[in-house]
Amino acid sequence: MPGFDFSNYNRNAALHARGVPLPKATSTGTTIVGCIFDGGVVIAADTRATSGPIVADKNCEKLHYISPNIWCAGAGTAADTEFTTALISSQLELHSLSTGRKPRVVTCMTLLKQHLFRYQGHIGAYLVVAGVDPTGTHLFTVHAHGSTDKLPYVTMGSGSLAAMSVFETQWKPKMTQDEAVELCSQAIQSGIFNDLGSGSNVDVAVITGEKTVLKRGYVRPNERSQKLKSYIFPKGTTAVLNEKIIRKEDLGNYVSVHELSTTEEGGDKMEVDT
Amino acid sequence: MEFGNSGSLSEDGIHVDMDRLKKGEVNLGTSIMAVTFKDGVILGADSRTTTGAYIANRVTDKLTPVHDTIWCCRSGSAADTQAVADIVQYQLSLFAMTSGKPPTTQTAAAIFQEICYANKDRLSAGLIIAGWDERHGGQVYSIPLGGSLHKQSYAIGGSGSTYIYGFCDANWKEGMEEQDAVNFVKEALKEAIKWDGSSGGVIRMVVLTAKGADRHLYLPDTDYSVRHDA
Repeated sequence: MPGFDFSNYNRNAALHARGVPLPKATSTGTTIVGCIFDGGVVIAADTRATSGPIVADKNCEKLHYISPNIWCAGAGTAADTEFTTALISSQLELHSLSTGRKPRVVTCMTLLKQHLFRYQGHIGAYLVVAGVDPTGTHLFTVHAHGSTDKLPYVTMGSGSLAAMSVFETQWKPKMTQDEAVELCSQAIQSGIFNDLGSGSNVDVAVITGEKTVLKRGYVRPNERSQKLKSYIFPKGTTAVLNEKIIRKEDLGNYVSVHELSTTEEGGDKMEVDT
Repeated sequence: MEFGNSGSLSEDGIHVDMDRLKKGEVNLGTSIMAVTFKDGVILGADSRTTTGAYIANRVTDKLTPVHDTIWCCRSGSAADTQAVADIVQYQLSLFAMTSGKPPTTQTAAAIFQEICYANKDRLSAGLIIAGWDERHGGQVYSIPLGGSLHKQSYAIGGSGSTYIYGFCDANWKEGMEEQDAVNFVKEALKEAIKWDGSSGGVIRMVVLTAKGADRHLYLPDTDYSVRHDA
């Protein structure tokens, strides 16, 4: 029978109904932010990736390249943010080549929302889209279900509440580049220290009309300090009870070795058409 | 998407999810309305969007243009209503280019209904379409959840609308002056915002007449009394 086989889906649903938990994907339980300033836009992210209660990566990259002048910060399922941004980056490059124009942030946002809407939230990508194009400076959020918002400052991920509290108290219109970078950094640090899903370092990307600067590890507030004491055991700590040496020529006593013929019947020829 | 812990099986062993709105979906728990008046129509909305208990956007624009003088108020799922409005916007711009004349509000509403009814099982979208056109002047259409289409002299929608049925019925007058209609919409939305927890933020309005679209913005700082630049 042609077509898809959904029997595993039914099996998984039956197992789930009997209380078997579903497998967990690596999620970027994250703090990501974005903020517009006079002349450009800055986005920032923490660098912790989690799998349930386990920190899967202490220094992962959540700032994704779309085009030289458009970058994305991703929260949600790590694999989904990675592949979705890569896919749309590719489509936007081809679109730019075919039209002979620079890619626009609205185009990127529209491609993302239409892709995510088609998958009805099953692609767990929550994104902050930022960039500068010939029409101006833009900042958007895109939710996994395909809804978008346009705001002067945004936060997303599990640490979004902590980060938003910083924006809501410190933000002011017409900030300079340095002020915006500092504010975004403070917002991410608020997520790092107050949200269990976020941690490690602050990554920042500054996009202006001229260029984009990616500042990987802009702040590192969680460097591992030198151990006060050495915990390496001295040689000879474990006692040797006995010693036995097996030589290579005696290996046949322990494993059997067979020579395989290289010209087996049907092994070397392949029928394309009969 | 993560499934909840309440896995239930139907007769054929297929997982059934009874939740109408998908988990973690951005919701427009809303107060929206549109009214006709002497020279055209006025659309009005609050500005709150929520994900569960968190306000994802406190200055949302729920009044979306689908043509120069045909707009819609969105309520329900943000993703669904944005997707539908984007499709209709495309269809109407194509219509205007091929026919060489602007579409009527009725045409716009009919396209909306087509999409909302054909996909009624998959959408949670409550829409109010209002517009001004040369032939019919100002018109208001409402498309609730099932995908039916109702032509009305005024329409209210969203979670906050339940609190203002009485107010609107008591204060509605046919063929009002612009300023009276603006006040009617503003006072109604003030009540809806006051009583509905899922509504709040600023009041946005759009006035659609022969002169085109005119945006209004009212902030809660001054109890929505002063008009600001939108």
